[in-house]
Amino acid sequence: MALQINGKTLDTDEEGYLANLSDWEPEVAQVMAESDECDLTDNHWEVINFLRSYYEEYQIAPAVRVLTKAIGKKLGKDKGNSKYLYQLYPYGPAKQACRYAGLPKPTGCV
Amino acid sequence: MAKAAFDTPRIPDFPEIPVVVEGAMGHSRPFAAAPEHQEALGFPGRLVEDWHDRAIARMGELLGRSRGLRVFLDSCVKCGACTDKCHYFLGTGDPKNMPVARQDLLRKVYRRHFTLAGKLFPKLVGAADLTEEVLEDWYRYFHQCSQCRRCSVFCPYGIDTAEVSMAGREILASVGLGQKYSNEIIGKVHKIGNNLGLPQPALADTLEGLGEDVEEETGVPVRFPLDEEGAEVLLVTPSADFFAEPHVDGLIGYAKVFHQAGIRWTLSTRASEAANFGLFIGSYENMRKVALRVREAALELGVKRLVFGECGHAWRVAYSFLDTLAGPFDFLDPRYPVPQHVVEVTHDLIRRGALTLDRSANDERRVTFHDSCNVARASRMGDVPGGQFTLPRDVLRAVCNHFFDMAPDTIGEGTFCCGGGGGLLTDDLVELRVKGALPRMQAFREVVERHRVTHIAAICAICKSQFAKVLPYYGFEMDQILSVHQLVGDAIVLGRND
Repeated sequence: MALQINGKTLDTDEEGYLANLSDWEPEVAQVMAESDECDLTDNHWEVINFLRSYYEEYQIAPAVRVLTKAIGKKLGKDKGNSKYLYQLYPYGPAKQACRYAGLPKPTGCV
Repeated sequence: MAKAAFDTPRIPDFPEIPVVVEGAMGHSRPFAAAPEHQEALGFPGRLVEDWHDRAIARMGELLGRSRGLRVFLDSCVKCGACTDKCHYFLGTGDPKNMPVARQDLLRKVYRRHFTLAGKLFPKLVGAADLTEEVLEDWYRYFHQCSQCRRCSVFCPYGIDTAEVSMAGREILASVGLGQKYSNEIIGKVHKIGNNLGLPQPALADTLEGLGEDVEEETGVPVRFPLDEEGAEVLLVTPSADFFAEPHVDGLIGYAKVFHQAGIRWTLSTRASEAANFGLFIGSYENMRKVALRVREAALELGVKRLVFGECGHAWRVAYSFLDTLAGPFDFLDPRYPVPQHVVEVTHDLIRRGALTLDRSANDERRVTFHDSCNVARASRMGDVPGGQFTLPRDVLRAVCNHFFDMAPDTIGEGTFCCGGGGGLLTDDLVELRVKGALPRMQAFREVVERHRVTHIAAICAICKSQFAKVLPYYGFEMDQILSVHQLVGDAIVLGRND
């Protein structure tokens, strides 16, 4: 599988995650979201941006609780919970949002 | 991500044996492991050219190593007792998901190459050659067995289908056809220490955050120590407990129990994972390597006790195999079982009156308990037969007022798998997982209707993630699954013990 972004062809794995993290640019998230029929709002972007900055520091996606706490601080306490994140990302914040953010898929019993 | 391209089964009013549909799940095939995931585990990167001869040779080696495997392949009399006992058959109707048919995929090749009658008169004794088509069937249908061993409870000869499917997967991996989900994960355990690939700084940051959360909520500084030398207890728990919900609430529960009991405990970076997927792929070498981390961590930190968190197959490996894989553990305190399950620790503390519990904290919840397959049928807890069934229930009754069991033939020794065990908890098998959950969902719906049950509690990371995923397919909510120690943590009264 591959994504066409700005005239470039970006490789992805079988599940649609970017093969090379360094290929990411904001259009990647846009194109992936469009094919899922999902409109990216500013709140979606808060999640994507937090995932990317956490990954840059720790080389792993944040735990769900770390993510909800961070989003709660940014967008208000009522949004700092996984129910809200599932509204934004119905396939699961850890998996769908990581994919849009260009991060590898979290593995394990999750 | 396309929407689900299959229909969720309708829950019948009574348990039904489905109409047989040949090939109903013939399309279900997990992603194959990439060369780098294969090679990290000591397997060839891709399907080798002489796969046939190497597969037969590997089967011969496994037969030489495991007398049990040979007995299981020899002793089936086709009585049919197992046919309607597998949740994947009940959920899919595919006849190759009948345990006897699944075993026969390996058995027919075994007969052809390892029995005299099969060598001379293959057609008369159901022996067959290992063709490309058979190899493909192995890959598809040995990845439709969660190795839960429910069928073997009903088999009059005690044939263990899990051993057969583990052998099948081992042979597949050793000719270059491994499964991506399991093998990628085992590689991460070898390299980083846990299934998630969570490095030490991220783990330390996550645990620090949990400590802050609990203190903010309760006013009590409950600690989540990492790599603390000289602690009494080393807790080895699934890395999902650091990462996912409702798992993390269970971890908070363990921490509260240790805090309140005054037990100095620690987690370890080296052994930051209880799971041992080496079991799932039938690879003794990988299982041993994963188990040895636990020994190294215990020695490194100088602990006196080894406690396992809520992880089903980890408890099987720990309880049944740890001593032979990584023993002897004669450096630990002999007054405690080696290893010990966190439910045993909590149960013992409750029995001795060492914890103050307020059941009413869980009054909003009406709870049932899902026996996880590996705990139920491959281990024990406490010092009485059946302790693996009674101890978790004793704990639940001590921490909540409203507890109700599901139908007796769906719990205890006859428990149904969650549908995601044995290395099948992956998105590429979601259809299988949803359909395989049918018998459990049926039993759950019955207690929901009869007793207004609101939550299932479990002691396995796989079960928790699987239920969070499949409950919505059956009209329930994803947060109706809880960790047992979440209920404990919510009921525990922190502060001074008088």
